[in-house]
Amino acid sequence: MKLDPKRYAEMTRNATPHSPVLKDCLWAFFVGGAICLLGECLRQFWLQWYDTELAGTLTSISLIFLSAAATAAGWYQKLGAKAGAGTLVPITGFANSVVSPAVEFKAEGWVTGVGAKIFIIAGPVIAFGTLASWVWGILYWVSTKF
Amino acid sequence: MQFFWAFVVGGAICVIGQLLIDYTALTPARILTGYVVAGVVLSALGLYQPLADFAGAGASVPLLGFGHLLAQGVQKAVEAIGLPGIFTGGLTAAAGGIAASLVFAVLAALVGKSRDQN
Amino acid sequence: MAMPVRSGDTLIFSTPPVVRAWACAGGKKEAEGPLAVEFDLLFSDTSFGCGKWEKAESLLQQKCVARCLTKAGLDPDQVDLAFGGDLQAQCTASNYTMRWLGAPYAGLYGACSTMAEGLALAACFAAAGFARQALAFTSSHFCAAERQFRTPLDYGGKRTTTAQWTATAAGACILSPGGGQAGVPVTSVTFGRVQDYEVHDINNMGAAMMPAAVSTLCHHFADTATRPADYDAIFTGDLGRVGSGLLHDQMRREGLPLENHLDCGCLLYDVDTQQVQAGGSGAGCSAAVLCAHVLPRLMDGRWRRVLFLSTGALMSQTTYLQGESIPGIAHAVELAAPDTVPAKKEA
Repeated sequence: MKLDPKRYAEMTRNATPHSPVLKDCLWAFFVGGAICLLGECLRQFWLQWYDTELAGTLTSISLIFLSAAATAAGWYQKLGAKAGAGTLVPITGFANSVVSPAVEFKAEGWVTGVGAKIFIIAGPVIAFGTLASWVWGILYWVSTKF
Repeated sequence: MQFFWAFVVGGAICVIGQLLIDYTALTPARILTGYVVAGVVLSALGLYQPLADFAGAGASVPLLGFGHLLAQGVQKAVEAIGLPGIFTGGLTAAAGGIAASLVFAVLAALVGKSRDQN
Repeated sequence: MAMPVRSGDTLIFSTPPVVRAWACAGGKKEAEGPLAVEFDLLFSDTSFGCGKWEKAESLLQQKCVARCLTKAGLDPDQVDLAFGGDLQAQCTASNYTMRWLGAPYAGLYGACSTMAEGLALAACFAAAGFARQALAFTSSHFCAAERQFRTPLDYGGKRTTTAQWTATAAGACILSPGGGQAGVPVTSVTFGRVQDYEVHDINNMGAAMMPAAVSTLCHHFADTATRPADYDAIFTGDLGRVGSGLLHDQMRREGLPLENHLDCGCLLYDVDTQQVQAGGSGAGCSAAVLCAHVLPRLMDGRWRRVLFLSTGALMSQTTYLQGESIPGIAHAVELAAPDTVPAKKEA
């Protein structure tokens, strides 16, 4: 065959249709913005009774609940197929990445399916986020000694 | 005004994620992980708190805010209890979100079922 | 019976075995596609009410195989040998189908190339007289494939432009020795060689499999001293839009431009409106297009000579994560109109 892998990689690159970047970004902006706006509404609601920190936590919990409900109803997937990063990046996307494997792997059992696979997507986020905060903790502790 | 900036800043953070998806070979899982780690770094550099004050949920709802939460938690715990705080601070601050995800996920598994995408 | 001839990688049958009966089954998205009217069976509930996608795929196969046997007028115990496979780990959908059918069974894994692989092997066994009734079947199920290879079905994610949509579809054929039997003759088969041009993108299977299609096509044309224009149509299984474009470029470079090429992944769905990105894929895709679209046109003489290729990507989730590139394979089956059928213009 008159083809070498390097040349083929170039051919493949040229043959790959471009993503409709502008359309993708508009979807991401409006859906992601709307989720954050909803978050702000919830935050102002909780701020009526609680301090900033607790209101923040309650906002996250509220959004996670809504995302879980939308995921179980099959709506989050449909929105995510269009909104891309708009549904991925907010905390609702994190919740979707925990809820969807739980629902999906129910067929393999509550312990070996739901329990074992619940962090199959979100696991790295928690693992590396925690690791990064641990590193920052050490640096911060060292800085307090001077 | 706070509502407007929450929308714009939150949307803009999502657009950056979308550009990473469209222009790089990064998979969504890697982008999420990168966002959380970036949130920790930005928070540690003292850059994220001003954004959070300005945009409210626009900064705290995207996963960068999750990293900010972890970093702030560690910092507070180190101030309160010293070195052991590097282990307890992050997840303590994030506990609400993580526990809610787990609980609602299992409840969703109880009532929901896997469905075809068509 | 005259002996088959081996020419290069191609087996040429002097007394061609025939595809005596065939059937195909599809799901909801397939029912909304352009080939819907040509399917034997369509199911809007792709879970078959069982709540397990792996089992649902096996049920889809079983209904398809049962319909094929009915059309052939066969009881399950009259099947001498079955060749089949699917995309599930350890080919379980097919294993459970064969537990139900009970006939002797040789399991295949050829990824999306399984239909041509099974058809070619069944043709060889029928031609040699080792099987009077040889069954070849395969399937794929969107949901079973997604949860095994990609993400949970309720996970909200955007597909890349090169991604392909795994068909929820099955196809089955019964082959018998030729010489008098009615059916679509299999005149030659070319088993492919594994090709790897270092494509690593699991969302661009068309590009990963294209070199395998070129390799098998070139071997087939050389072995049979034919050119693309000698065929009424040349089908590839599941290269999709991206892979098909690359195939045309490369075949032109090989001096064998394809003017009459059709890709099963672009036929099964309306690629512009059904949101399947670059097209369909999955073992069931080329199987369904073969049984719904290709075989009927040969049987009634609308086409006289067709080359049918299925292409498969031979990686696993594990090798992909370990950074291995994606090897591809393609098998070709040459089909003809029955001698007794006069040529007919396509309506």
